[in-house]
Amino acid sequence: MRVLIPGPLRDYTANAAAVSAEGLTLGSLLADLDRRFPGLRFRIIDEQGRIRRHIKFFVDGVQAKDLNPALDSATEVMIVCALSGG
Amino acid sequence: MAKLDIARGRRATLLIATRKGLWQLTADTTRRKWRLTGPHFLGHVVHHCVADPRDGKRLLAAARTGHLGPTIFRSADRGRTWHEAKRPPAFREGSGRAVDHTFWLAPGHAGEPKTWYAGTSPQGLFRSEDDGATWVSVDGFNEHPMRKTWCGDDKDGTPDGPKLHSILIDPRDSNHMYIGMSSGGVFESGNGGVAWRPLNAGVKADFLPEPTPEFGHDPHCVRLHPVLPDRLYQQNHCGIYRLDRPAERWQDIGASMPKSVGAIGFPMVVHPREPDTIWVFPMDGTRVWPRTSPAGKPAVYRSVNGGKSWQRQAAGLPKTQAWLTVKRQAMTADRGSPVGVYFGTSSGEIWGSRDEGRTWKCLAAHLPHVYAVEVA
Repeated sequence: MRVLIPGPLRDYTANAAAVSAEGLTLGSLLADLDRRFPGLRFRIIDEQGRIRRHIKFFVDGVQAKDLNPALDSATEVMIVCALSGG
Repeated sequence: MAKLDIARGRRATLLIATRKGLWQLTADTTRRKWRLTGPHFLGHVVHHCVADPRDGKRLLAAARTGHLGPTIFRSADRGRTWHEAKRPPAFREGSGRAVDHTFWLAPGHAGEPKTWYAGTSPQGLFRSEDDGATWVSVDGFNEHPMRKTWCGDDKDGTPDGPKLHSILIDPRDSNHMYIGMSSGGVFESGNGGVAWRPLNAGVKADFLPEPTPEFGHDPHCVRLHPVLPDRLYQQNHCGIYRLDRPAERWQDIGASMPKSVGAIGFPMVVHPREPDTIWVFPMDGTRVWPRTSPAGKPAVYRSVNGGKSWQRQAAGLPKTQAWLTVKRQAMTADRGSPVGVYFGTSSGEIWGSRDEGRTWKCLAAHLPHVYAVEVA
């Protein structure tokens, strides 16, 4: 599926704004992203599996509150860096 | 703490960690002219960058951004190229705790090359044995049954989170170490971090109902003298203290500071060779704690007799209307002769003295809020 990558994470994706990855849930998608782009996951998910404070995920335009939403190959996932101050 | 060995002919370089990135300030051989380079990691909050005194080339930097979680960047060539840690410090899954940022980095014992320690916010202690590529929890502290009691809750931390700092390794014994926590106090381990005990007798904690508790103190910065490792100094929330082991009771050496200036501050710096010579940078700790230079008149204070008396060192610093704040990691000394002393301010200035604090010169300005200054 297509994953949209925000600017702060593009050091991990060789500056790609969109990448392909696989997973049946948002959690497994992030595991696959981390295999493809090592280190990316920990910058947006903490060691307790929680979405970091200023990160948001949108699955086909709907904000995900946790890593459980189911995905399929047609899903588009957008990672957003929310406002975090000056 | 990284040290410059001018005897080896290396130029002094200051590693300047700021709220918006990392800069380097490099001196000529006389330390009269300085050249600013950078930034590295522009936009990253860099809490600390430290050089490895064991090889002279390795640098580690603790960073995060406003959006992204904490990580460690590593350089094997004094900052020309950087690589991210494969496994940054992180608490045990299921513990409920998450590292917000790595606050303090410390090279391990000289006899343990590639070993580093990291202190985090909230309070956690981590160890790497591969030059910072992967980090593991020091469970003796992080999983200690008393840890939560020692550290308190969110109300017991500094404004940007409670911190574990001042990781001090005894140069005579790699298993003997101290840590400082804000809050929590000073703790000691004699077995490489497996067991810990508080070491705070004699230190005030006047913000607590019991002013002399066993733990719960707020040491801002603790230093161990490299030549006389039984000598510890700390700049505390409640004053300045000295401890000569094996004694267990800290001695109040802040009482000899001028009353109009007080004994509150963040940093503590020790002379690299003379155990009785130390520097502090007092700040206003009255009423609502402005944490600026008292009366807007910044000055360094030096003692050459282990804190029995202090001398004001302000020549070259602004005489008035200068409301500087110097964070606990933002003041350091090199190993030159005479020793160079340096500090960075929250308003983005770097000040240096090439004569042990007698005279000061602004070496750089207009940087972001300076969090740490170390010598490489």
